Amino acid sequence: MSTHSDLSRREFLQTAAGAGLVLAIHLPPPLRRDVRADSADPFAPNAWLAIAPDGTVTVTMDRSEMGQGAPTALAMLVAEELEADWATVRLGTTVENPAAWSRRMLTGGSSSVRTSYEPLRKAGAAAREMLVAAAAAQWGVEPATCQARQGTVVHTPSGRSLPYKALVATAATLPVPANPTLKPPAEFRYLGKRVKRLDTPLKIDGSAVFGLDVQVPGMLVASIQRCPVIGGKVKRYDAAKAKAHPGVRHVVELPEIPGTGGGFFPTRTAAGVAVVADTYWQALQGRRALEVEWDEGPNAGLSSAGISALFAQLAVQPGVVARKEGEPDAALGAAAKKIAAVYEVPFLYHATMEPMNATAHVRSDGCDVWAPTQNQTGAQAVAAQYAGVPIEQVRVHTTFLGGGFGRRAETDFVAEAVQLSKAVGAPVKVIWSREDDVQHGFYRPASYHAFAAGVDAAGAPTAWTHRIVAPAILARFGPLQDGIDRTTVEGAANLPYGFPNLRVEQTVADLPVPLGFWRSVGSSHNAFVTESFVDEVAVAAGKDPFELRRALLAAQPRHRAVLELAAQKAGWGTPAPAGRGRGIALAESFGSIVAEVAEVSLESGGQVRVHRVVCAVDCGPIVNPDTIEAQMQSGVVYGLTAALYGAITIDKGRVQQSNFNDYPMLRLREMPAVETYIVPSDAKQGGMGEPGTPPIAPAVCNAIFALTGKRIRKLPIGTIA
Amino acid sequence: MAPIHLTVNGKLRTVDVAPDTPLLWVIREHLGLTGTKFGCGMALCGACTVHLNGTAIRSCVTPISAAAGKRVRTIEGLSRNQSHPLQRAWVAEDVPQCGYCQSGQLMSAAALLAKTPHPTDADIDEAMSGNICRCGTYQRIRAAIHRASKGV
Repeated sequence: MSTHSDLSRREFLQTAAGAGLVLAIHLPPPLRRDVRADSADPFAPNAWLAIAPDGTVTVTMDRSEMGQGAPTALAMLVAEELEADWATVRLGTTVENPAAWSRRMLTGGSSSVRTSYEPLRKAGAAAREMLVAAAAAQWGVEPATCQARQGTVVHTPSGRSLPYKALVATAATLPVPANPTLKPPAEFRYLGKRVKRLDTPLKIDGSAVFGLDVQVPGMLVASIQRCPVIGGKVKRYDAAKAKAHPGVRHVVELPEIPGTGGGFFPTRTAAGVAVVADTYWQALQGRRALEVEWDEGPNAGLSSAGISALFAQLAVQPGVVARKEGEPDAALGAAAKKIAAVYEVPFLYHATMEPMNATAHVRSDGCDVWAPTQNQTGAQAVAAQYAGVPIEQVRVHTTFLGGGFGRRAETDFVAEAVQLSKAVGAPVKVIWSREDDVQHGFYRPASYHAFAAGVDAAGAPTAWTHRIVAPAILARFGPLQDGIDRTTVEGAANLPYGFPNLRVEQTVADLPVPLGFWRSVGSSHNAFVTESFVDEVAVAAGKDPFELRRALLAAQPRHRAVLELAAQKAGWGTPAPAGRGRGIALAESFGSIVAEVAEVSLESGGQVRVHRVVCAVDCGPIVNPDTIEAQMQSGVVYGLTAALYGAITIDKGRVQQSNFNDYPMLRLREMPAVETYIVPSDAKQGGMGEPGTPPIAPAVCNAIFALTGKRIRKLPIGTIA
Repeated sequence: MAPIHLTVNGKLRTVDVAPDTPLLWVIREHLGLTGTKFGCGMALCGACTVHLNGTAIRSCVTPISAAAGKRVRTIEGLSRNQSHPLQRAWVAEDVPQCGYCQSGQLMSAAALLAKTPHPTDADIDEAMSGNICRCGTYQRIRAAIHRASKGV
């Protein structure tokens, strides 16, 4: 793997202190910008493999468990090459001092397995060779005559065997092999097989500890009344009635953190007044008794209608070109048939099941943070800043995450807990209500898309232009590179279809709405708009939507194979069941390619019912097919919920939605039957946490068109008249 | 404030809290049983589902006064050693993803099976559609309930 080619073998693996055999592992960062330039230690490990004297194998990682099963997949990579007995494999506690590691701790971008596929296998293989060498030495035989098998080393000629636990003490004294031999895939015992997740037993009896479940001696609980208007401030407040409530200990004003400072991951919080009490219910009662007057600031007139009008106005002018092929304007002018359309998508809320929360304990000598976080590096930095202690003195204790989806890459809840703990001199847990969570999110940007396409007299597509107007997520992180927010154009600039003339442009709309990374990020809207408009091109060309895509993918065999598998398994080309329509869509994101075919009907009130979704996926080497299926189901539900219902709207500078009554979620009775088919592939390892999400909205909308002739160009879908 | 007595997972407990305090927060903060989760505070998501005298209820909108003298069962009391057929089925189907909603899902499913040992898909739709799962484990939840109803 080229991503760690700048590191020598010696730096990649070392033995480490500990009982039994312990290997320290250096895993490379997913992106070059995630390399910590200030890391003092040339070998700064960020993962450990420990085989205890009792034979227990513990894999300790720097990644969060937020539902996708990444830690289990990572442990599988180690266990495969180690020839470990899966029953002996455990996950260690997520590491607590990100400043000491050589890469940033951030679980996101569907990157966990992709960045670790080879290094973790090598770590397991190195330990296996050390155990084999220890056994061979004990028997006085050649290591080549011995074989590791599920937690034991066997001397093949004599049949003698020793369990790993009898070998770890000797193995720990041996040199770490510089270049251990990896198993050929044909001999894989776990990789590519259905392996049970290691965290399931903790999640069926209430024993898994999420952020909300953290208990610290002497802890107080806080609920915060935040300014309802984006960017507003506290003008004045009266805490007397709140303080009169039983259990209320403190009332603390928190200033706005505007989040405009740039840097690795700038935190942003709303201004507010916190009520700190012995229990959550007391804090909430105290909060309801607060009297706060707000300075609503410059955004009090912001509305969704105004944002939409701004988008339309900005779309009139050319944007910054993200990709250009051929001469699109000339080709459009010469086209036998020209079509144009405008698509629009709303702001979206993450809606993790566990509302935002964090616990902090600031002391003069340091700070502990307990948080359900995707971003330990960011959490540690923000805690150090607001606690006023050196970063090395902050310990970040990662709990289970009750969903992440990108929301927990933000560190606002950590900043709040740390400020409050410092202010009141006790450990404080901040708990957001669902209403807080809905109204103070980091939303998927709303966006506006103007398309045009041309086809020639024979029905062959000749031109494609796509102009995107959206606020930029990355603006918070510093100046945009070449005026392009790569998250805005991902899934659009890399359109896989072979239009000979093509242009993708981007115009940034400057808006004060807090923006964030929402599962699949730019592909969440670009897959919807491009795959819908490709369907429109098929209609204009008089072609079947699957056949047109197939023809346009002549130079993209991987994409084409995925598309064909989904179509074949869904019965494309045969009549859909009575009363149903089929739609197809394809999207590449995070290194994986997914095609989905949705089968849709309309209920009597015009509600869309999705019965069946057939998914095909090429994610490179298969780690755990059970997890791939689970993530396709998960991605479909996430994207389908948004397509059918999701919209955050703004009026008078305020988010109008508040809870699951006005921001509805897909329910069990609405769950389509999701089928997953995996394309055998030796392509580079791709991600699995996000790629299932982008294709579902266009697949469903294309199916609605097939069924009704109505083209959905604005989400959410709502009811069909 | 007067002491309130209730039975939680077979043990008699006494709490001294404001009578309007939701059962959810008494279970979590006063009794230290954190397996029951907070999701919405409005009985919209089911994360807080427990059994009150055998019936599945949303503890986030149930004042502690309404539980006085009654039997409460939480996820921690569903079985000893994860032996409830639903827990075994949940492992067999590897249902949980993030896991946050799963206590509520299991308690809703347990109430369903107690009344309807062999539920149809329609029964499952009816009993389980008040429990939101954002990770999309619905398909496996359905399969696991059917599996549990067949003796796992």
